[in-house]
Amino acid sequence: MDWLGTIPFFGYVALFLLLPTLIVVIGAFFGPDGLTLSNLAGLNKSFIVSAFFNSLLLSAVSALIGAVGGAILAYAVATGNRNGAFRRLVLSACGVLAQFGGVTLAFAFIAAIGPVGFVYVWLQQHGVDFYAGGIWLYQLKGLMLVYAYFQIPLMVLVFLPALDGIRPQWREATESLGGRTWHYWRYVAGPLLAPAFIGALLLLFANAFSAYATAAALINQGSIIASLQIANDLTSEVGLHQPGIASAEALVMVVLVAVVMVVYTVLQRRTARWLR
Amino acid sequence: MVDARLRRPDFLTRRSLGLLAGTVMLLAACGPTNNSGSSTTSAASAQSAADVGGMSALESAAKKEGKLNVIALPPDWANYGAIISGFTAKYGIPIDSANPNGSSQDEVNAVAQLAGTSRAPDVLDIGMAVALANTDKFAAYKVSTWNDILDSQKEPTGLWYQDYGGYMSIGYDSSKVPAITSLQDLLGSGFKGRVALNGDPTKANAALNGVMMASLANGGSLDDISKGVDFFHQLKQNGNFVPVQATTATVKNGTTPVVFDWDYLSAAHGTDVPSWKVFVPSSAILGGYYAQAINKKAPHPAAARLWEEYLYSDEGQNLWLKGLARPVRMAAMQKSGKIDSGAAAKLPPVNGTPVFLSADQATKAKDYLASHWAQAIG
Repeated sequence: MDWLGTIPFFGYVALFLLLPTLIVVIGAFFGPDGLTLSNLAGLNKSFIVSAFFNSLLLSAVSALIGAVGGAILAYAVATGNRNGAFRRLVLSACGVLAQFGGVTLAFAFIAAIGPVGFVYVWLQQHGVDFYAGGIWLYQLKGLMLVYAYFQIPLMVLVFLPALDGIRPQWREATESLGGRTWHYWRYVAGPLLAPAFIGALLLLFANAFSAYATAAALINQGSIIASLQIANDLTSEVGLHQPGIASAEALVMVVLVAVVMVVYTVLQRRTARWLR
Repeated sequence: MVDARLRRPDFLTRRSLGLLAGTVMLLAACGPTNNSGSSTTSAASAQSAADVGGMSALESAAKKEGKLNVIALPPDWANYGAIISGFTAKYGIPIDSANPNGSSQDEVNAVAQLAGTSRAPDVLDIGMAVALANTDKFAAYKVSTWNDILDSQKEPTGLWYQDYGGYMSIGYDSSKVPAITSLQDLLGSGFKGRVALNGDPTKANAALNGVMMASLANGGSLDDISKGVDFFHQLKQNGNFVPVQATTATVKNGTTPVVFDWDYLSAAHGTDVPSWKVFVPSSAILGGYYAQAINKKAPHPAAARLWEEYLYSDEGQNLWLKGLARPVRMAAMQKSGKIDSGAAAKLPPVNGTPVFLSADQATKAKDYLASHWAQAIG
């Protein structure tokens, strides 16, 4: 009867992970006339392909920004005082900001640097117009900036344990063997942190890839990324309502995220071996 | 299921029967012959007021039913609050107004779900897409002012007939942007980050019509929306397009100082923004109307028909006009001088002949937008 305790967990997974995935798969492969591949074939349109391309690009760029920015901040925290105010401040701020997404985040940006936002208007009054070439906040570039706002804090949270695992003694050992800073990073800390860094990068990638609410609140036109395209196929009132296509698109997203998560798991194992 | 009509007492009392029969025969003799040819057509199958013996017979039959069910009529939309109380005051028939904020789809859903009950909606006020998809649920009826409605705005047998609407327009805050006299103005440098649509045209009907209007103004046709997509692409290239859905809030806070929207919705922004102006380009007058229809299984068939007669009377049409909606008989009433000229003066001026998207043309436009819109403004 040992397995009894796992029922809530597996029940949860079945209800919120397996069941929705199953619904998506069924929706993608079954049309009104039974089994069909027409939904998948329907994805072969330039605007759908470009939505996926944009999603991949947005996720990659925002993950890179988040990973690099977050790693630097995490390094500052890790090398500082373990019980200091800076560490506590940064960690609690990151804990909050990593979850600060969706409509509230979009609103914060619109209110600050939207075309009538107070920062933008103030700068404009002082001769700086960063929207001279168009309002990029509502484009892919804007999403990259906005996403960084939750990607960097998330990176700090997931990367800090790896940095904390690095002992000062290892650096001392490097130096006593005649190594310099470059040697330490190239042969000791670098290889040690790389799996954790790449793992975190992939996590950020998946995080951005699946985000919907922030983009939906910010961008009302054109469904430029995959998650917005799915929403459009589900809710259009002008007769472009194609739930089958939406399911097929969701399936592609599931597959892409699954690939990313498999890579992440493999790397995660390697990280664990190093730190054991 | 029992036919709704059998459960209701016949509205023709014995006393008035002779008189009515005489009227019907008289009308039948001088008007177009009705299909039944009988003098006792029940209200549920009447295709005109004459079929039941004229307006006064229809009125007394409706009074006998004693009630009217309407649905999805917000009191502040197109002045429906005043129209509902006006009808009740005139005929003494109370109106049961269900789900005032419902959508057109909600209305036809209620017709199906409440069929056979006394709560089913008698009359519907619906968008054209929904009207065309559900004609099997409607009863054919021609109001006495039928001939004032343009042929392009009604179903020939009277299953639906457009009621009120307006034209696609460009609303703008004249304190923020220069005056607009043509669509080409919008491409100028004075409109950087200013121009918005009311939604995504692949999702929202008003936005689709906005792009279509831009197409008409740029050499496209009702069959070709591509010129409109090109126009918005150019707007986007010039940095003038704001990809934000225009709402009362975005107009008020200035995010969207130039908006493509129906003129009657746009004109309402004048309450928040006194410098708000509405422009309808004379080269592209694209109409969008709602339609009336009577539920085939209406629990109060005579009241339903009387309601339509009221809506399409001069009085009903002027009430819509006061709500900034253009009633369908507006042109005819302007000719006859029956129009409320004070209310008409508040509408944005329009010079020219309006055109309307057919169902096929709308589908064609949707398909083109689905594959080209994201690229054009992405």
